[in-house]
Amino acid sequence: MMNKPVELGKRIQREESAGYDRTVLDYIHNAAAHGLYEIRGLGAKRRLPHFDDLVFLAASGSRYPLEGYREKCTTKTVLGTRYAKKPIELDIPITFAGMSFGSLSARVKESLGRAATELGTSTTTGDGGMTPEERQSSRQLVYQCLPSRYGFNPDDVRKANAIEMVIGQGAKPGGGGMLLGQKVNPRVAKMRTLPEGVDQRSACRHPDWTGPDDLVIKIHELREITDWQIPIYVKVGATRTNHDVKLAVHAGADVVVVDGMQGGTAATQSVFIEHVGIPTLAALRQAVDALEEMDMRGKVQLVISGGIRSGADVAKALAMGADAVSIGQGALMALGCNNDTYWKDGSNWSAEADYARLGTAPGYCHHCHTGKCPVGITTQDAELEQRLDPTVGARRLKNYFKTLNMELTTIARACGKSNVHHLEREDLVALTLEAAAMARLPLAGTSWIPGVSGPL
Amino acid sequence: MAGVTATVPTAATRVFDLADAPVRALNQFLHHELRGSGVQRVEILNPNGAHNIAVGIDHPVTIDIQGHGGYYVAGMNKHADVTVHGNVGWGVAENMMSGTVRVKGFASESAGATGHGGTLIIEGDASLRCGISMKGIDIVVGGRVGNFSAFMGQAGRLVVCGDAGDGLGDSLYEAVLYVRGKIKSLGADAQEEPMTEADLAGVADLLKKAGFPYDPTEFKRVASARSLYHWNADANQEY
Repeated sequence: MMNKPVELGKRIQREESAGYDRTVLDYIHNAAAHGLYEIRGLGAKRRLPHFDDLVFLAASGSRYPLEGYREKCTTKTVLGTRYAKKPIELDIPITFAGMSFGSLSARVKESLGRAATELGTSTTTGDGGMTPEERQSSRQLVYQCLPSRYGFNPDDVRKANAIEMVIGQGAKPGGGGMLLGQKVNPRVAKMRTLPEGVDQRSACRHPDWTGPDDLVIKIHELREITDWQIPIYVKVGATRTNHDVKLAVHAGADVVVVDGMQGGTAATQSVFIEHVGIPTLAALRQAVDALEEMDMRGKVQLVISGGIRSGADVAKALAMGADAVSIGQGALMALGCNNDTYWKDGSNWSAEADYARLGTAPGYCHHCHTGKCPVGITTQDAELEQRLDPTVGARRLKNYFKTLNMELTTIARACGKSNVHHLEREDLVALTLEAAAMARLPLAGTSWIPGVSGPL
Repeated sequence: MAGVTATVPTAATRVFDLADAPVRALNQFLHHELRGSGVQRVEILNPNGAHNIAVGIDHPVTIDIQGHGGYYVAGMNKHADVTVHGNVGWGVAENMMSGTVRVKGFASESAGATGHGGTLIIEGDASLRCGISMKGIDIVVGGRVGNFSAFMGQAGRLVVCGDAGDGLGDSLYEAVLYVRGKIKSLGADAQEEPMTEADLAGVADLLKKAGFPYDPTEFKRVASARSLYHWNADANQEY
């Protein structure tokens, strides 16, 4: 082909604005077209200081590593040792986060339960009650007590292995849940005592207690009902985490769950997801400090969640002082969230046309709220939910968590630890000033901790 | 059992004196020993405002609490008929499933919160948020109810023989409220509606059950206008 001289005057200039980039343009265009904020699923999409900004120092001249493949490195984790007669005993420090039946299909809940049981870990109900599918498939099931109390009843309280009093969620601390009408099918409506098809908005405040002193009595009530057998967790969305953790401990929690702003949701205003709450990294350090200041490290266990994706994330969370992590979005992605295909009848099928119908594409989808999940996860549609086979789902989840656990022990051994819970802050340094300040770890290659030590 | 004195010499009645026995011993008895014991009535002496009295019952029994209860009296009740011969703190009969709870005196905040079933009768006044997030329970209040009562009520009936405070029935779903006295203000999406024959019969039935001598025709019906059921009517507009 003949090349032609370029006329510079006709060159299309593409000078993008940082303040009004394509994301912001899209946001303004949408707002102008609809007069309504965007409701969406998943968690914060913006770049935040995170575990990626930390690295391990590992063994060195002064530290002795363990042989990577052969030497024992235990991952056993016990949650709820403070008051419960039957604490939750886990084989791995990685648990499944609370996600509701309603936001997820019953087949997904079953996949989570089966995978958790095979992995020796726990799974958690959500805002909408306990389904028989998840109870039967889960050996260790944490039953959430949420402000809405949808489907909350004493029979299921008595079937639970632990109860999680949910004060807030990282994606929307201060906000209640939302389940748009297309997901409120007859079964979901009945479980939640709601009219079918209603755009359900969950309460954001608990109905029968308002402050930490009431919560003491509320937790006491749950302990009385369950005969002091099972642990009571308290879950908070990450905001004033240091205070919240102290208040949860004061209220009698066995376990505190802190969910950072990267944590997911099935449906909330995107302004809430992106602009309310603090990053998981910052919250984790505040939570650990709170427990240390109260001399409660190891007595009240700490579970961190919100954007935990990899074994490295788990290892960093444990090194910073968490006893376990909880994973929601990563689990959905393991099941195929944002994948371009789904597996059905022994073959992979393209889901691209279904993503396109939602006005999105694999890799960008956060349309959990629509109930039209192209890969059959966040749906109540009888046809779409068939795209996720519980057996296949359980296997994928098991593979994912096994991978994380192997990565975790790889790092622990490299740091010379025969128990993943022996990972410590000393093993970590930060790559950025923000991460160093939030995690209160030295900037890599220095001994400088912003706000803690003197000048660099 | 330590601290338990059988002051009434019948096998069918058991007495717990909370001046001697902890609430936990009472609840453990109700959860584990009641069934099959032949005990049909439990009398609780000296409650002195203790919290969590008789919570999580799962068996038919008649309970008389001789004095004031604290928070969550008869919380999550199933099957039992509980009478409090005094006042109660927050969350009496919270999340009740079935049975009856009667408070002879006054009830503090969130009475009957999230109750799924059964009947809660409060002979005196009830404070803020009475019947919040109710899910099928019937609540009859002899006196007044405080602000924000039946907030987000999903199902069931709240009958108020006295006045109601501000924000009655805010964000209601399908719960229906009946008020004999004045309503200071209605909450978002709550509206007054005419009483139907079914409403009159239902209120008459509940008043009779509660033992209150009022005429059902004196009551106003409040229910959801259902304008908040769907997110935004203009959501699909496109300019």
